[in-house]
Amino acid sequence: MNVDEKLIKHVAEVARLELTKEEIKEFLPQLKEVIDSFSQIQELNTDNVKPSYHAVELKNVTRDDVPKKSLTNEEALKNTKHKKDGYFKGPRVI
Amino acid sequence: MNSIEYIKKAKNGEIDIVENTKKTLEEIKKIDKEYNYFININENYSLNQAEKISKSNKKGKLYGLPISIKDCVCVKDLESKAGSKILEGYKPVYDATVIQKIKDEGGIIIGKTQQDVFGFGSFNTNVGKGYKIPKNPFDKERTTGGSSGGGSGITKKIEMPHIAVTESTGGSIAAPASYCGVIGLCPTYGRVSRYGLMTYSNSMDKIGVTSKDIEEIALMTSVISGYDRKDSTSKKIEIPDYTKKKYDKLKLVLVKESINEGVEEGVSKNLINLIDKIKYDYVSMPLNFKYSIQVYYLCTMSEVSTNLSMLCGMRYGMHEKLEGNFNEYFSKVRSNNFVKEAKRRIIIGTFARMSGFRDAYYLKALKVRTKIIEEYKKIFKKYDLIITPSMPNIAPKFSDINKMTPLENYMTDIMTAGPNLAGFPHISIPSGFSKDMPTGLLAVANHFQEHKLIDFARSLKK
Repeated sequence: MNVDEKLIKHVAEVARLELTKEEIKEFLPQLKEVIDSFSQIQELNTDNVKPSYHAVELKNVTRDDVPKKSLTNEEALKNTKHKKDGYFKGPRVI
Repeated sequence: MNSIEYIKKAKNGEIDIVENTKKTLEEIKKIDKEYNYFININENYSLNQAEKISKSNKKGKLYGLPISIKDCVCVKDLESKAGSKILEGYKPVYDATVIQKIKDEGGIIIGKTQQDVFGFGSFNTNVGKGYKIPKNPFDKERTTGGSSGGGSGITKKIEMPHIAVTESTGGSIAAPASYCGVIGLCPTYGRVSRYGLMTYSNSMDKIGVTSKDIEEIALMTSVISGYDRKDSTSKKIEIPDYTKKKYDKLKLVLVKESINEGVEEGVSKNLINLIDKIKYDYVSMPLNFKYSIQVYYLCTMSEVSTNLSMLCGMRYGMHEKLEGNFNEYFSKVRSNNFVKEAKRRIIIGTFARMSGFRDAYYLKALKVRTKIIEEYKKIFKKYDLIITPSMPNIAPKFSDINKMTPLENYMTDIMTAGPNLAGFPHISIPSGFSKDMPTGLLAVANHFQEHKLIDFARSLKK
């Protein structure tokens, strides 16, 4: 696997992270080593094996479609500094 | 006096729970100055709770008992940030289900304990920006282990009755319990509600218990277990009364690879000595010991890279001035407030889920996970408990941890990654000392068989 600066910058951008030059320099060999090591799992034959998204068997759970009490508007906005007229205020989208 | 005796006396009126809370707060503040086990002690909160409980007629199972809570578990109105800077200032508007259960039984929350940010670490050195690293109760130059380092350290140091609520994703209960010389029980995935637990890896996070005495573990596990409709991954299954002994004879099997080279001699020796008088067989677990670390990290990093996308400076935690477009704003908040280990994990996880790599890494890891679970299940057809050391070493010194690469760091989870990725309950029990530092034994049981772990620990106590 060719892990280079271009790949790291692209992945960081997708993950909404800005890495400094120093971070890229530090992370590059570390991530190469980690991904090389993780690639070991490729050697194991997993034909016809189902993926385990969970370790314990689970069934999908849905609730009845009945409105019920939830957080108040005040509670929902309690922890944000950016609010206006009972809504969250976010950064510019367009 | 252990917590069980304390609760009895408190219920009889022999102990004033408000006075006891005051004394406990004094003790933890004193310890914290030297060892950094708490990220938040809110005396008013604890004393108000104690006064309210002392005036109530209800005397629950945890009546007046001081309980510390790992920072990643939400407590209403008490700053909760999973040890991170990015969630600084966040005060949940609701209690996690485990907190509600503890409060209903009269437990008193004495503080939020220190951890690696979001659980990212085996040594509790990945603390949030500006926070202090907890120190081992036996040697301040060494780690407590992580990520439940604060909860395990205070459990060892405190003299007042106390139980710690901790959490594990890949070994965060067993590792610090082993390094600090206390007992840590991580229940089956789905046994305890995760509602109100800040997510690291949603398919592996488990809330558990750390304490000095197995009867305390049994009591708290009984209190916090159970189905919760607010957590769709919690399981509707009978909860046994762990406070009563059920199993006399348990079939044990020791994993060959776990006492081979790479494991410190003192660790293996203590383990063998501890189970010497009990009959046990040997088994090999080649898949677990060859691939569990890779599978564990690929799965958890993939999950966390998407779970932590909620942290972007809009609804809670750290905010910045609203400027630039949304990509610029989110990137600024995240880049300024995540520590390096969080960035590393998010980047590797994003990579493993990206188009072109997903099948080869994330999906492949989930398939290998299936094979590892099958390897365990096959052994559980014949045996009750699988035994290994909890950690391959004694608590390392900070000076040695600083020299480790991230990969070397991840590799120390070799004993705990397997049971965690497979959702099996496990318990770390002190097995002795090596070079004046504690070592631990890890027992793993089949899904929902925590009772066997508790009864095994009881038998060792004798």
